[in-house]
Order: sequence, then C-alpha cells, then structure tokens
Amino acid sequence: MAVDGGPELVQLLTPEGVLVEHPDVALVLTDEQWRERYELLVMVRRLDAEATALQRHGELGLWAPCQGQEAAQVGAALATRPTERIFPTYREHGMAYVRGVDPVTLLGLFRGTTLGGWDPADHGFNLYTIVIGDQTLHAVGYAMGAQRDGAHEGVLVCFGDGASSQGDVAEAFVYAAVNDAPVVFFCQNNQWAISEPLERQTRIPLFKRAAGYGFPGVRVDGNDVLAVEAVVSAALERARAGGGPTLVEAFTYRMGAHTTSDDPTRYRTTAEGEAWRLKDPIERVRAHIVRSGIADAAWLAEVEGRAEQLGEHMRTACRAMPDPTPTSMFDQVYAEDHPVMDRERAWLTSYLAGFTDAPHHAGAGGGQ
Amino acid sequence: MRRTTRVPAGGSDMAVLTMARAITTGLAMAMREDPKVLVMGEDVGRLGGVFRVTDGLQAEFGEERVIDTPLAESGIIGTAVGLAMRGYAPVCEIQFDGFIFPAFDQITTQVARLHLRSAGTLAMRIVIRVPNGGGIGAVEHHSESPEAYFAHTPGLRIVTPSSPGDAFTMIRQAIVHPDPVLFLEPKRRYWEKAEVDVDAPLPPMADLFRARVVRRGSDATLLCWGPMVRTCLEAAEADTRDLEVIDARSLAPLDLPTIVESVTRTGRLLVVHEAPVTGGLGAEVAASVTEACFYQLEAPVLRVGGFSVPYPPARLEDLYLPDLDRVLEAVDRAMAY
Ligand SMILES: Cc1ncc(C[n+]2csc(CCOP(=O)(O)OP(=O)(O)O)c2C)c(N)n1
Ligand SMILES: [Mg+2]
Repeated sequence: MAVDGGPELVQLLTPEGVLVEHPDVALVLTDEQWRERYELLVMVRRLDAEATALQRHGELGLWAPCQGQEAAQVGAALATRPTERIFPTYREHGMAYVRGVDPVTLLGLFRGTTLGGWDPADHGFNLYTIVIGDQTLHAVGYAMGAQRDGAHEGVLVCFGDGASSQGDVAEAFVYAAVNDAPVVFFCQNNQWAISEPLERQTRIPLFKRAAGYGFPGVRVDGNDVLAVEAVVSAALERARAGGGPTLVEAFTYRMGAHTTSDDPTRYRTTAEGEAWRLKDPIERVRAHIVRSGIADAAWLAEVEGRAEQLGEHMRTACRAMPDPTPTSMFDQVYAEDHPVMDRERAWLTSYLAGFTDAPHHAGAGGGQ
Repeated sequence: MRRTTRVPAGGSDMAVLTMARAITTGLAMAMREDPKVLVMGEDVGRLGGVFRVTDGLQAEFGEERVIDTPLAESGIIGTAVGLAMRGYAPVCEIQFDGFIFPAFDQITTQVARLHLRSAGTLAMRIVIRVPNGGGIGAVEHHSESPEAYFAHTPGLRIVTPSSPGDAFTMIRQAIVHPDPVLFLEPKRRYWEKAEVDVDAPLPPMADLFRARVVRRGSDATLLCWGPMVRTCLEAAEADTRDLEVIDARSLAPLDLPTIVESVTRTGRLLVVHEAPVTGGLGAEVAASVTEACFYQLEAPVLRVGGFSVPYPPARLEDLYLPDLDRVLEAVDRAMAY
C-alpha cells in the first residue's frame, strides 16, 4: 500500500509538525499567515463533514468528500492569485472555500437543484466537471488565451490519479507542452480511483510522466499545506514568466469514501487508513502553531466556534434551498430563443396546469 | 477478498434474482462455458462494479479474466478490439451511460466497421454493458439514454432487457453473438426481483432481436423498452382502455414485424422512451410504422419521451421522465383522433 512518498517528496512540515528545510523549496509564513492556514483547513474539514451529514439526512443525493486532501487544496489555491482561474474536478471543496465560494453554493449540484450553480468568473473558480479529465484541456485552452492576451497569468487545473489515464489528460499535456501554456497541472494523487489503487493506473510515479512531455514534474507532500503552497507558487511563477507548464503531484490520501454511495471497506484495509491518519494535514499544523506559541487554546476554541457556525449556516441554507421550477430546464439550454424550447415549455406548462394535485414524486439518492 | 453470495453454478431450481444478480449469473455462466470470455472495466474486479453486477467474478475467474482497467473508456473499447482480433470475447462495462463518450470513436469508427472492412474475416465479438437511463436521483452524466447515437451507427446491435429473466438470457446470447452488442441495463430496475429459470437452455439467437408483446390489448399499442416497460404496464393496468404493451428488447435491429402486426390490430401506436424525443428512436419507429401501416393507422404515431434538454438536475427528473400520467395523456390524444 502506498503511504510513503519516497525520496523525491517535497516536504516542509513533517507529520509531527516540525519545520524542515528543502534544498530547492522554501516558504516562510508570518504568525498571522499560519493562523489563517490553520483556520482554512479546519473550516474545510468542517464543511466537508457537514455536507456528508446532510447527505446522510437525505438533504443531498450525493457528496464527494475531500477529507484528507484539505492541505493539498488549500495550499494550491492560496498559491494562485485571485484573478487566476482554477479548474476543479468535483472534489475541490477546499479550493472553492479559499476562493470565497459560499459552501452552500456547492451543494446545489449534489442536492440536485442545478447542473452547475455558480458563475466561474465570480471567484475565478470554474464549474465542477464530473466527466473525468475533460477539464484539463479546457484549462490549457484558457491558458493559451491568457498567453495571447499577454496577461502573465497562471492557470491551475486539478485532476486525480485515476484521471491521469484518460486520453484527454495526455492530450492536455501535449497541448500545454507545445504551446508553453501557462498552466499548472495539479494532480491530487489520493491513492485511489474509486476501488482501483494507483498501480492500476501507472507503473512510475505520476510526476515523472511530465518528463516525457518535456516539462518539469514535482512530487509534493499533499498533506503539507506549506510545501504545497511553496511548490505550486513556484510553478505558477514559472508559468506567468513564460516558462510553460508544470506537473505537480500532491501525494495525499482520500480518507473517506469515494462518494457517499461508496463502501471502501470492500477494497481497502483499515491499516492503510490508520497509517495515513498519522499524516493528517491539520494535526501537523496544529502541532506546529501550538508548540511555537503562534496559537493558544483560546484561539483554537474560537476557530472551532467559527467552524460550528459554518456548519449551522450550511444546514439552514441547504434545507431552505428551493427546488428549481419545472420550466427552468428549458430556460438556459440556448443563449437565444429556440422554437423547440418554446414548444416544450408551453406544453409542460399546460400539462401541469391540468393537474389538481401535484404529479407524483419518487425519492432520490444514488449515483457515483 | 471478501465475498458475498456465490453466483449460482447451475442446478435445477428457479432462483429469485434481482436484475443485477441475473446479469451476474449470466456472466458467470458464459465465463464458465467459454474461457475466451473476459470481463473488463473500471472497478469491475475487486469492487464488483459500482452496481455490483460483476460481484464475485474476479474471485472465481481471476484477474486475468476479470480486469480492473485504467480509468480510460477509449482504452477499454480499443483494447477490447485487439482482444477480439486475438479470439477473445470481451464483455466491457462502461460505468455509467454518460461516460461512454470517450469511447465513442472506438465504438463507431472501429468496433462497428471492422467486420465489413475485413471482408467478413474479423468477428468483433464484443459486448458493451452500460447501466442506462435515469430515475435514481443521481448527479449529472449518470442518467443518460444515449441509444439513438448508437442505433444510428450501422454495424452495431443494441439490446436492452426489462426484467431479470430477460437480462439473464439476453446477456448470454449477446456474449455468444459474433457481432458487437451494446447491452443497455436499465439501472433503476436493477433491484427489481423475479423468478429466473437459471437452468433453461439458451433460446435460438434470433430471439435476442425479437420484441415481445407483454400485454395484449386492442385500443392502442405502447412500444417501450428497458425502464419504460414497467411504466407502460402500470399505465395500461391503471387505465380503462385496452392497451397493448410491447417490450422492444432489441433497438437495433428493431423487430418491425411484431410492431407492425400489433399496430395493424390496434390502429394506434405510442412510442415511449426516456431519451429526448427530438431525434430519438421514437422517430425511427414512427417513420417505419407509418410507411408499413399507413392505411391501418387511426392516429399519427405519438412519441412520449424526455424533453429536448440535457437531463435535468435530480429534483426535476420526475417531471422529465415519462410516467404513468404522461403516457396516458398521450393515449388520450391518440384516442381523440
Ligand atoms: C469519463 C468518466 N469515466 C468514469 C467516471 C466515473 N468515476 C467518477 S470518479 C472516478 C474515479 C476518479 O478517480 P481519480 O481521478 O483518482 O479522482 P478521485 O475521485 O480519487 O478524486 C470514476 C471512475 C467518470 N466520472 N467519468
Ligand atoms: Mg484518486
């Protein structure tokens, strides 16, 4: 089982919460910045736990938990500038939070009230993409646009270890390489693609694939928020300066199920989970800030209180989320009026008007 | 490796099986009978598939025959082509209907054409299993009904069972058939149970492409398949008019003689499917039946289907999918002519 990232793993904060030096990578944070990072990690874990609970209570059809990947997501998102676009998969709740997306906004997709839910331009955060790998090409194209605009902007695109097998991802690498596109490929290797372990996707560490395409690849401890921020910052800086793409493999672990529909006890051992629990991304930051006097017990309790409030906010807002109106399904399929939409909208409206009771409704739940 | 219940290995009893389990049982039987049969797809091995349809197969047949593939659908189908060239009979699982499109190229430009292009020398003995359709409250891309794209592609056969018994028989026939077969599994019916005769001999191959009249009636014919068969049967039971229900079973080729025979008696035809009506298979049926039964028709062939929009978010799917009310509303219109 994959627990150890090997000698090439960039790490700046050990699982015990001790700062270590790296020959090529460094990042020094102020006390305030440390507290900010800790709080972000705690809030992201809380939002994830809250959404998981909401699914259990039938408020969401599905949720894809990000537990264990908080540092990878928070660190990478913090490395971007707010004007730089992030292309997520469906699990980047931590990045969304850093970007200022209200977690409630993320819930619509999983509750089944919307197929999207937000304007990518609002927070520079693209829509979630469920079809594995598709967004990597979009990010490269977006980066090619930035390049043509002379914008000195980087683009960050997420994908998983499983996604690394998709043809579209290979094509994205090629397009990025030959165009020197200012894009950072951020692969969260959480060791699993549903039930399939990394060995089913690759025989070499994923970051080494970059060499074959002609750009650098780095493996970073994905549970080390400091190292992730440092490595992704350097990669983005390189992209902005015209240096082209970088592949960053964040070596991490999906601590929860693939989604709330999944039962990981069918395919992985509890021993593996235990080993990774010792590398928890939040514990190590807490250890560091407490030991070095950056935070005291009172402040930690305040953070817990704010996390509790976030949970409360999500519960209330999720339950209050209205169902979409029936004819809304016709409204935004096309940018301009469309005769088929008009015809079908009119038909559904008059059909529904013919009922004295609401038409019957079945229950929800399912999907991967 | 944890195991759930063992797949029945034959015997003389009728078994009560869910549709999912009926397919598992048929797959296991086909694999026992023919060592060339392989199962491949994402999560089909250790997990037994996200719907557990391949549960227990890797434990029985090993990793050489039940392959957890890399996460790449074009790869699943492309390598299946090579395996078929080498004499194997891959049964590929596409995890959800909405994820077949990365393999669209391999299916439509290679799988569908190689028999013809090799002057009949290459058999593409490939089955592509796809959990199909909506109704389970899923997120985007997990509820699609893409049959029309494939029915439009010459060289492919498409079948879809609506009951555990048919699922058990049809999967085995599809595996034996020398042509590529798209096998659409109505996922919202996976857990419905029925008695299945797991000992019955395999019916003649021609039966795989035959529609079945599942309810006799005289006022109008409802043609449906997969998940809509139960919906149409419920509609027929609930209504005072005498409705005939036909389970198409095969979408490519369509069993026109059975449909035409029925319409000749009833004079009215409604085609019911989950896929959007625009450009859907209902249009193909309507054109063919109009041509064959023009003078017997009392009303135009009507289509009941999904709206011409992307499959909506789960909270709207009950409005999107044809249900009893929508079917009977269309019957009203057909009867009013
Ligand atoms: C094209 C496509 N095929 C299959 C799926 C079903 N599916 C959803 S997530 C997943 C595994 C993804 O693994 P990975 O890329 O490692 O990301 P992770 O879920 O671990 O974050 C699969 C097979 C999909 N969404 N899209
Ligand atoms: Mg993964």
